[in-house]
Amino acid sequence: MKRKAAILGSGNIGTDLLAKMMGSSVLEAAFMVGIDRDSDGLKRARSMGVATTHRGVVGLQEDPVFDEIEVVFDATSAAAHLEHAPMLREAGKKVVDLTPAAVGPYVVPVANLEAHLGAQNVNMVTCGGQATIPVVWGVSQVAKVHYAEIVASIASRSAGPGTRANIDEFTVTTARAIEEVGGAARGKAIIILNPAEPPLIMRDTVYVFCEGGDEERLVEAVEEVVRRVAEYVPGYRLVQRPLVEEAGPLRIPGEDEVKGKLLTALLEVEGAGDYLPKYAGNLDIMTAAALRVGELIAQGGDR
Amino acid sequence: MSGEVVINDCTLRDGMHALSHQYSVEQMVRIARKLDEARVDIVEVSHGDGLSGNSMNYGFSAHTEEEYIRAVREVLEHARLAALLLPGIGTIREIEAAMEWGIDTIRIATHCTEADVARQHIEFSREAGLDTVGFLMMAHMIPTDKLVEEARKMESYGAHCVYVTDSAGALLMGETRERIEALKDALECEVGFHNHNNLGLGVANTVIAYEAGADRLDGSVAGMGAGAGNCALEVLIAVMERMGVETGVELYPLIDCAEKLVRPLQERPVQTDGNSLMLGYAGVYSSFLIHTERAAKRFGVDSRELLVELGRRGMVGGQEDMIVDVALQLVDSQVKS
Repeated sequence: MKRKAAILGSGNIGTDLLAKMMGSSVLEAAFMVGIDRDSDGLKRARSMGVATTHRGVVGLQEDPVFDEIEVVFDATSAAAHLEHAPMLREAGKKVVDLTPAAVGPYVVPVANLEAHLGAQNVNMVTCGGQATIPVVWGVSQVAKVHYAEIVASIASRSAGPGTRANIDEFTVTTARAIEEVGGAARGKAIIILNPAEPPLIMRDTVYVFCEGGDEERLVEAVEEVVRRVAEYVPGYRLVQRPLVEEAGPLRIPGEDEVKGKLLTALLEVEGAGDYLPKYAGNLDIMTAAALRVGELIAQGGDR
Repeated sequence: MSGEVVINDCTLRDGMHALSHQYSVEQMVRIARKLDEARVDIVEVSHGDGLSGNSMNYGFSAHTEEEYIRAVREVLEHARLAALLLPGIGTIREIEAAMEWGIDTIRIATHCTEADVARQHIEFSREAGLDTVGFLMMAHMIPTDKLVEEARKMESYGAHCVYVTDSAGALLMGETRERIEALKDALECEVGFHNHNNLGLGVANTVIAYEAGADRLDGSVAGMGAGAGNCALEVLIAVMERMGVETGVELYPLIDCAEKLVRPLQERPVQTDGNSLMLGYAGVYSSFLIHTERAAKRFGVDSRELLVELGRRGMVGGQEDMIVDVALQLVDSQVKS
């Protein structure tokens, strides 16, 4: 029997997650929480026969199905998750947090999925983090990573009000996870919204300044992690073979300079088009990873 | 302000692009002293891409932002001190730090269609007592009525002034006038204008902005800025003096600053030449210039073709990473043909 899950948030991310959960053999989308009765997300949920509330998380707590819910996916905002987290903990729910609130440990499949299966609340970092940290992690398995930086460019249309209000949290959370999960001594994240029409597919550039490991080995490490991410997000790919150059020393102002090589990986993330069209790969990389993590922690209870 | 219009100098911020962010602290201090002596109203100091712009993508500066900002603060007696911040690159934490180092003005920049990502930052800055400016970049990319909508958002978050920012130096003269007039009509707050000299209209369009009612005008000494540079401040002041406009800014110290301090620093001349002209022509963010020239050399492609392709793809400010990407694709297409 499938385990029951609830989704908090009926915006772009919550609605895309709902679409993906419909195909899960482990989880059943039993409830969706929104704050606007007429939101597109709640309408879709109702049309798929999923119970909904537009009264926020209170509407879920007051519903009899709440007791049966095992996993809650929070796709609201960082600020809202800080309010939801203690209540969900007390209610004994496992939580997959898709906001940048980072109450629980960061999880990036490929890099550290197994490490936190027992955690009550896990955090999915950010879409840019999910798209880039596997590359940083891959390099750090074969070389010492002094510095890693990512530039995530997403289509304006794929950034809903939550993402826009959370832009500081995006950069801070992503940078921290580049260090904690990716294994870089220092991380930096930049996000750019591009309004071009037709919308541009999500693009991510990863700069990794590292020491040790020859070019072949570094490139292989990156190509291998990209293959593994593509197993759950088929539209995830390298646009070019990663570039490796013997760059000058890294000079971060105020710090000692370090020597090394610069690896540049140019990535593209095409979505499955479950909710927003295919350009919005930023949704897929987040929701596909979250669903995978949610399925695993739901099953984790049996082991 | 000491004249009929607020003059905001960008030599030490936009000028960072022209030097790949390598001013020494001493150079900044000498320039700042001259600007102050000339009684410029606002002096902006930051990484070219704003606070926290230090990165592989944009380049690392020679010194920390704290060193630059504190050193300039020390020598300013008349001028207010400003910093720039682009949400998505820097955060409110950096605004707080810059306040501690002594800034009076913060300029929050977004792409012209994305004003709402600056809400947190504008609200915070206004609340914190800073002179708060909204900066709508690449203003040539959208029609005037759309620009007005975005400017209204920035005003509603609390901006004291909203800028029409011609980051690509691509606005024509009528387009500049239309945008400034429309913002002046629609907003209660001040309106400003910032541009680049890529089409050779740096000073001309700034004068037009003034005539159309702009309250704040940007310029840089000897044009020191990204691409073909900004509106050359000493030229603007001379023109306005001849027009009979009282700017409160003195011409001779600015000319001295341009001749003795700034122009000698320009490794690559800051001028409207082939590549910087293409920025204005193709509508490309001005700070792409040096990165594009580097990529063109590295991969053996024509820098003009590269710039036109970047413009065609609608790349916006901050997407310097796409320069290498497009260069590699041009290489691929050359190999195939």
